[in-house]
Amino acid sequence: MESPLVYFKGLFSKGITHKGLGQQKAESPFRAMTRKEAGDHVRSWRFIVMLILIALTFLGALYVSLSNISAATANINDPDRLFVYLKLLTTSDGTLPTFHVFISFLGPLLGIALGFDAINSEQNNGTLTRLMAQPIYRDNVLLAKFCGALIVVSVLFLCLVLLMIGGGMMITGVLVEPGELLRILGFVAMSILYVGFWLSLAILLSVRFRNAATSALAAIGIWLFFTVFYRIIVNLIMSAVLPSSGPLPPEDLLSYNNLLLFLLRLAPSQLYTDAATTLLMPSVRSLGPLTMEQMAGAIPSPLPLKESLMIVWPQVTGLLAATTVCFALAYYLFMRREIRT
Amino acid sequence: MENPIIELEGLTKSYGSAKAVDNLSLKISRGEIFGLLGPNGAGKTTTILMMLGLTEPTAGLARVCGVDASSNPIAVKRKLGYMPDSMGFYDDMTALENLMYIGRLNRIEEHELITRAHKTMEIVGLGEEMHKKTSAYSRGMKQRLGLADVLIREPEIIILDEPTLGIDPSGIKEFLSLIRRLSKQQGLTVLLSSHHLHQVQQVCDRVGIFVGGRLLVEGDMETLSRNLFGEESYVLQISFREPAPPSGEHIEALKALDVVKQITIDKNLVEVSCSEDITPDVVRLFVQKGLNITGVRKKEFGLDEIYHRYFENNQKNNISNGKSAGLFQRSFFKRNNA
Repeated sequence: MESPLVYFKGLFSKGITHKGLGQQKAESPFRAMTRKEAGDHVRSWRFIVMLILIALTFLGALYVSLSNISAATANINDPDRLFVYLKLLTTSDGTLPTFHVFISFLGPLLGIALGFDAINSEQNNGTLTRLMAQPIYRDNVLLAKFCGALIVVSVLFLCLVLLMIGGGMMITGVLVEPGELLRILGFVAMSILYVGFWLSLAILLSVRFRNAATSALAAIGIWLFFTVFYRIIVNLIMSAVLPSSGPLPPEDLLSYNNLLLFLLRLAPSQLYTDAATTLLMPSVRSLGPLTMEQMAGAIPSPLPLKESLMIVWPQVTGLLAATTVCFALAYYLFMRREIRT
Repeated sequence: MENPIIELEGLTKSYGSAKAVDNLSLKISRGEIFGLLGPNGAGKTTTILMMLGLTEPTAGLARVCGVDASSNPIAVKRKLGYMPDSMGFYDDMTALENLMYIGRLNRIEEHELITRAHKTMEIVGLGEEMHKKTSAYSRGMKQRLGLADVLIREPEIIILDEPTLGIDPSGIKEFLSLIRRLSKQQGLTVLLSSHHLHQVQQVCDRVGIFVGGRLLVEGDMETLSRNLFGEESYVLQISFREPAPPSGEHIEALKALDVVKQITIDKNLVEVSCSEDITPDVVRLFVQKGLNITGVRKKEFGLDEIYHRYFENNQKNNISNGKSAGLFQRSFFKRNNA
């Protein structure tokens, strides 16, 4: 300390009271940054808007499923009828999509909203130079942005789902099974991962584009491409590839089907929907086509949790890999960047 | 200079074929206030960024407190406080919160932080306004908050990039005297970049003139003017109540002195150029001759003149250095006309 006298006065009055509480360690800069980011998000209008939107769709989906729950659980042909809480998340009478379908297109919007101006707004406001002049690692800035937003998203999803379980218990009086709870938590983790992918993509774009509007537009463009156009393009490709004459032999049919699934699974929303469906519907046995030989002798019963997890594992890996690639690219661009306003 | 705290050796930064900083070598010793002076686009900010390790030099070495800035920027940033030219704050936080956030990033312990933040705000004179949101701050207040930002970290070196930009004249004066006072009290080394000659002149111990990526000259003001203006480094302006006699024995007597180089008489103003400071002798001489002196002023060569002189020399040497020379000329002539 250069001049102890300058800070002397306050130390006596404040220092003693704090000694009683024990010496707190100074928190690490990374934690301070993450805390600030999360706080900023919670207070920001755009998060409040997204929160209201997601809460409303959640309530809507829940209302529809609650009004159909007695019919769904009474359906003897459905092997999943005993999982009341999973049914709550997946039942619909066709008027409203189910919650995970909502998330498959609202989740990206949430991720984009939280990330599109992560770096460029700081740069344009001149706070990035100020931040970089502090003794902190550059990658910590990116990571704090990512973690801060992801914490907020996680809390949001967990709250919604736990509220749903609590409300379901009050209404139906059925206790939640441990397996069911784990499946629902798995679904939450999957949703967080899915939003995390879009978040890291948005952060990447915010590093790449100096203008926040440009990066938001680019992110929304990518999102629209995957939600609207991608399916059309895949259909176009498939109709071009498929031979038009006559019925196909089963082997060819199978290979074309696999090609179609492969192309569809390049879209993150498809990965998410696949994984969410498998986790929330224990009777789903495969995400691809099954032959008659495979189906022969299979009893239509719910799979254990471990088997369901095995089925979605490729989807989880794919989303994780995509997230990591985006983050690594952002990191690469940001580390080499010369910071000046 | 035995123990330089900042050491730049052959520092070069090129953007494509353009050289922003060209083979810069500079040493700054502890406790000094050094003014980096140059027109816009001379490479001042680039040099500072290289010292901070925010930009990698194309060639050369920047050593701060004995640490290489490009390979170990974190260690350098612990010792060095940097105030950028356009400072931004988080507008939705109060000034104190902004300051405390910076404190946390510097691992200042929580119980010490609040006292230190208050104290720093008092030092920079924002004690009354520390709970205002920074969006309500004026430019001058933001500049002060920027200084607080730097001071709360208790650095050994402070780098201020264009610190007086956009502050009103009285604010500038206050700000500069604050910097000077802090530097003297706490033994801080200060590196100050500016294109405002007079301000730099007021506070700096030593200046370096920086044009087109190259350091033209460095040294204290006196040496600089002596080198440049050589013999005629002291000019004495004496004004009289009555028009001064164009000739006479006192003028002859003055001319007889060795050190006097030139005397110009313009109505009631006499200008004496000399190589040594002989103010008392000249005044005594005139008083003895019964002339009514109304004012004596020692004309020191300001940076304006120095700047101009170097610029002239530089332009002769390389007219090819188009951009910066043009800017330089413009900024200089604007000042001259004003």
